[in-house]
Amino acid sequence: MAAIDQTQVKEGVDQETVDAVREVGGKYKYGWETEIEMEYAPKGLTEDIVRLISEKNEEPEWMTDWRLEAYKRWLTKEEPDWAMLDYPEVDFQDQYYYARPKSMEEKPKSLDEVDPKLLATYEKLGIPLKEQMILAGVEGAENAPAEGRKVAVDAVFDSVSVGTTFQKELKEAGVIFCSISEAIREHPELVKKYLGSVVPVSDNFYATLNSAVFSDGSFVYVPPGVRCPMELSTYFRINAENTGQFERTLIIADKGSYVSYLEGCTAPQRDTSQLHAAVVEIVIEEDAEVKYSTVQNWYPGDENGKGGIYNFVTKRADCRGDRAKVMWTQVETGSAVTWKYPSCILRGDDAQGEFYSIAITNNHQQADTGTKMIHLGKNTKSRIVSKGISAGVAQNTYRGQVSMHPKAKNSRNYTQCDSLLIGDKCGAHTVPYIEVKNNSSRVEHEATTSKVDDEQMFYCRQRGMDEEEAVALIVNGFAKEVLQALPMEFAMEAQQLVAISLEGSVG
Amino acid sequence: MAALAKKQEATAARLDGLTVPASGQWASEARAAALGRLREMGLPDRRDEYWKYTRPDTLTQADAPAAAVFDTGEPPLFDSFDRIKVVFVDGVFDAEQSDELAGEGLTIERLADVAEKDIHWAKELYGVLEAKGQTPVERPLAAFNTAFATDGVVIHVTGKVAKPVSLIYQHKAESSDAVLHHVIKLDAGAEVTVLENGPAAARFNKSMEVNVADNAAFHHVRAQGRDHERRAVTHLFGRLGTESVFKSFTLTVNGRLTRNEAVLELTGDDAVAHVAGACLGDGDFHHDDTVFVTHDAVNCESRQVFKKVLRNGATGVFQGKILVQPGAQKTDGYQISQSLLLDEDSQFLAKPELEIYADDVACSHGSTSGAIDEDALFYLRARGVPKDIATDLLVMSFVAEAVEEVESEELRDEIIGRLESWLERRRG
Repeated sequence: MAAIDQTQVKEGVDQETVDAVREVGGKYKYGWETEIEMEYAPKGLTEDIVRLISEKNEEPEWMTDWRLEAYKRWLTKEEPDWAMLDYPEVDFQDQYYYARPKSMEEKPKSLDEVDPKLLATYEKLGIPLKEQMILAGVEGAENAPAEGRKVAVDAVFDSVSVGTTFQKELKEAGVIFCSISEAIREHPELVKKYLGSVVPVSDNFYATLNSAVFSDGSFVYVPPGVRCPMELSTYFRINAENTGQFERTLIIADKGSYVSYLEGCTAPQRDTSQLHAAVVEIVIEEDAEVKYSTVQNWYPGDENGKGGIYNFVTKRADCRGDRAKVMWTQVETGSAVTWKYPSCILRGDDAQGEFYSIAITNNHQQADTGTKMIHLGKNTKSRIVSKGISAGVAQNTYRGQVSMHPKAKNSRNYTQCDSLLIGDKCGAHTVPYIEVKNNSSRVEHEATTSKVDDEQMFYCRQRGMDEEEAVALIVNGFAKEVLQALPMEFAMEAQQLVAISLEGSVG
Repeated sequence: MAALAKKQEATAARLDGLTVPASGQWASEARAAALGRLREMGLPDRRDEYWKYTRPDTLTQADAPAAAVFDTGEPPLFDSFDRIKVVFVDGVFDAEQSDELAGEGLTIERLADVAEKDIHWAKELYGVLEAKGQTPVERPLAAFNTAFATDGVVIHVTGKVAKPVSLIYQHKAESSDAVLHHVIKLDAGAEVTVLENGPAAARFNKSMEVNVADNAAFHHVRAQGRDHERRAVTHLFGRLGTESVFKSFTLTVNGRLTRNEAVLELTGDDAVAHVAGACLGDGDFHHDDTVFVTHDAVNCESRQVFKKVLRNGATGVFQGKILVQPGAQKTDGYQISQSLLLDEDSQFLAKPELEIYADDVACSHGSTSGAIDEDALFYLRARGVPKDIATDLLVMSFVAEAVEEVESEELRDEIIGRLESWLERRRG
């Protein structure tokens, strides 16, 4: 943390903010390693490795073919280079594409059979895989009333899912929540119908790679009219060295259903960089709503930029039905390199997409992240709120696209992105693409602290506040709004971030 | 990169039949260097990120697509001004229509004459700002211009010049293809206003390189000709010294394709750079403003203000960027791009970018797009203003912020007067 400690912070930047960033980017708490006997596929990527992964997951033939098709496509694709990211070339043949704890060879039938070492790992991360009321680490959890909030967890360790809690209770409600490998075996009709329908196999280099080699991940199906009785959560842990993690998440919210999904991730501290290329697909039917929240805390590398996770993620939600709604909330604090654009396709009329993001980069971290809002249906609405904070010699880029198609009449988008620089060696960038192809829609993009709602300003001024005070009040209220969008389970992380103010921010 | 090799190959084929104009030593060198740059990067194609929203093919193809000459039936803009007229017809200097190339506080020469000499000061600037402006983003059509420009003006401003230099571009031949390149050098404390107007040619590639020394001021007001079918690609390169001022405003009302690039670099402390544009697009009209402002000194100010009114399927594009280099503290950067879409068929495509490497700066940008404000329209109509007049009033108030960027009141009135008469005539 030397970089930020010695940094001269310009006037106007809140000390609390600096402290909070220091705290977030401080010593990486999850950098330890679990010593456990692992089983690896041979290094490198070939057709045989793809077959092997498929075989290990006991997949049907159609799935193997799907993967092989993706692998063939991948060979023809080029790695994208348009992001404002600078990192040494990734050697895709110098990775393990499959690693699982030896003890997972025989699928444990229940959580009681899971290797205690694995359970201990998650315990240490604050994610006990016991069917308890609430995630540990949340203050007051022990005092929570018996009917308090429940969280079902799917824990993924390197390439395999270790276990999923509360499966029985969820089943009673009709909700399917299991690992994707299990879903491929147990619910092939759903997987066949939806897998690759939001992020096509050939979508982009990393998504294609993922389609070929994904080893595990989570699967959620919420039937029509069902409000998922508890929060669902996946916790990804990379443990093995030189191993890429390629998880695949598929969430389907059928008509009129609701689900809130949380994702967390950590990895041990190592000198060499590791690859993570995930795909998340969300299908939202008529009147359904999905909330997807991420606290991304992969190992960011040390203060000299050594090691860390390269995080190349494709996340997309398809609001297929009318009035479908999706909300992405992300807190990005980890990873050496982040390449991530959770997107919303607003296909149904009156569909809504929201994206709230806080990205904090420190030391040598680089983040190129943002969202896409593709408005196809009438009266669709989207909102983007992004805050990027850069310290040390880090680079933080917001990259976003808002597209109003000719048929998306009467649609609305509001985008606000603010950046804050702590120190004079880092960078903050904004790259928005705005495409408006009809005139009944309104698109607004702004990136300034002084431009707040006129009416709110007027209200505050009328009550005797000076302009600066009024702006601070409104803007801080806005920041809190972003954080309040996070489910309570992320309260701990979020609390540290509440202190981050927008004062002194630049476009 | 197979894509680049392919582009280079296509460019080599395109350049095959072209010969660089014969010139003296300095210009031959500058042209050869530009040609080298061009061959290296290749002419733009539609896969280029920087040409995402504008198709370059008609600008790069061998023959200029024909464009009918349009009689506006109105006196040329700036006609009543006391100015030094420099007239080009289809890209060829016309001495008869032009004034004597002289004035107090400045020297004006033709590029065609200057290029023949072996030694000339223009060497310091010609193709120099263009070459600098090729990073971080390539501008191949500007390199093309440096290599192939046949004429233009070379102006050296030594004092405060009262009379504006007025560059008039007339279009007479249906398939004319003009390449002009101007070089303007302002000494410390000097000041000049440069006016440009007229359609120029069926296809027009124009570059202007302006070096503004310490405490100097450069004012630029341009109106691009109204020929419906004309196509134009222009580059405006500016380098600003300490406490210098650079202000440019462009009015575009017609033309099938226009791509205006402005590339400014603030190299001296306390410099001020403003680029603004207003465009009224109607029908088969594609207008692209691409602006790149680099702050490389302390306490500078830059403003980009672009307003586009679009109807009947017109397309407006804005690609703007503010780059704040490390150490360029106390930068005040502002960028606004807005479109008013008057019907369902028109579109606005924008990419307003910021890239900031200094922490004590205030940079903001905004971009909006939408239809005319129904409430405002209702207000006016409730007070007895007919709908079409009310719409035009709102159009005028919409573009006002950009027009306000013209510092001279006389010039501003000229622009506003012309805009109003166009709108009025359109109403019939």
